[in-house]
Amino acid sequence: MAHIDLGNELPGIRGPMAFRPETARPLNELAEILLRDDNNTLSRGERELIGAYVSYLNDCFFCQNVHGGLAQHYLGCDMQYIDAVKQNPAAAPLSEKLKALLVIAGKVQQSGRAVSPENIEKARSEGATDREIHDTVLIAAAFCMYNRYVDGLGTWAPEDRQYYINRAPLRAAEGYIDFDLYK
Amino acid sequence: MPYIEVNNDFAGIRGLLAFRPETAGPLGELANILLRDTEGLSPAERELIATRVSYLNDCFYCHNSHGEIACVYLDGDREVVDQVRKDPRHAPISNKLKALLNVAGKVQKSGKAVLQEDIEAARAEGATDREIHDTVLIAAAFCLFNRYVDGLGATTPTDLSTYPPRARQIAEMGYGNHIFSSPQPH
Repeated sequence: MAHIDLGNELPGIRGPMAFRPETARPLNELAEILLRDDNNTLSRGERELIGAYVSYLNDCFFCQNVHGGLAQHYLGCDMQYIDAVKQNPAAAPLSEKLKALLVIAGKVQQSGRAVSPENIEKARSEGATDREIHDTVLIAAAFCMYNRYVDGLGTWAPEDRQYYINRAPLRAAEGYIDFDLYK
Repeated sequence: MPYIEVNNDFAGIRGLLAFRPETAGPLGELANILLRDTEGLSPAERELIATRVSYLNDCFYCHNSHGEIACVYLDGDREVVDQVRKDPRHAPISNKLKALLNVAGKVQKSGKAVLQEDIEAARAEGATDREIHDTVLIAAAFCLFNRYVDGLGATTPTDLSTYPPRARQIAEMGYGNHIFSSPQPH
């Protein structure tokens, strides 16, 4: 069980979000803008894939499955494809632009200082815009927060990966802001 | 110069926030609640946690910015801020804050590095569940802010005398979009 008494039995990030709704609101607003807002040249699937990849690197089971499930939902692919991307994006069937952005996300996961000008130039040469580079860095940085929030408080996560796949269409439809944490 | 063209000259995270005001909104709101809430931990304690995590992440802009804000709340006691930054176990602070800084240091490495015994040690020193929660989320949030700033190569002033004016502005007015939409302090 969680390290502190959250006053609820909710899995993953929903436990501390219900415990402290004041901080849940901006955390969810940030997720909505970064991952779901359609005013973005990166697709929802691409952005969720970046979130899933960083969560995999941070070894956060709950987040990599929630966001891997959402990426799978948006991309219309199967779990094997998501797993292949997480384990070795360079060898996965992805656009060169997304591969270059995932390299940046992987650097951000290590440290902000690990990102090199060459990493940025590579993404730009594959067609990434400044806004796409910005959002990639901020998505990766945000998951370095969400993952630590989830695991740092010792929340529990359903073990059956199908649970996350089944819930993805609901989250895709409702978004990250107006939903009931208890459902 | 940041890695991307942000079309402004603001220092540090301000330049990035002004580039993308949509994400600046919730980031500012999060910082306001986590760092300025007066229930449980004091604003000074919250800023000290932020300073320590930013120092561990080697983010020059953030650990100097938040160190200066802590300094404002501590009536200019830069010595204690510097001790917390570099060696909190020997700083003249409460045992509760030392235990919470230990939790924050674990979060900086990884969420999974936090052990039940770290939490128990904080609780034994009187930390409440809410204070432990806020410590974990402040530490996690600075793992975001630090990466955002350095991952995009934000403009980092090396002249430390430029940090106190911005710190006083934050201590007075809080976080939020005013830090890039209103005149910058000199």
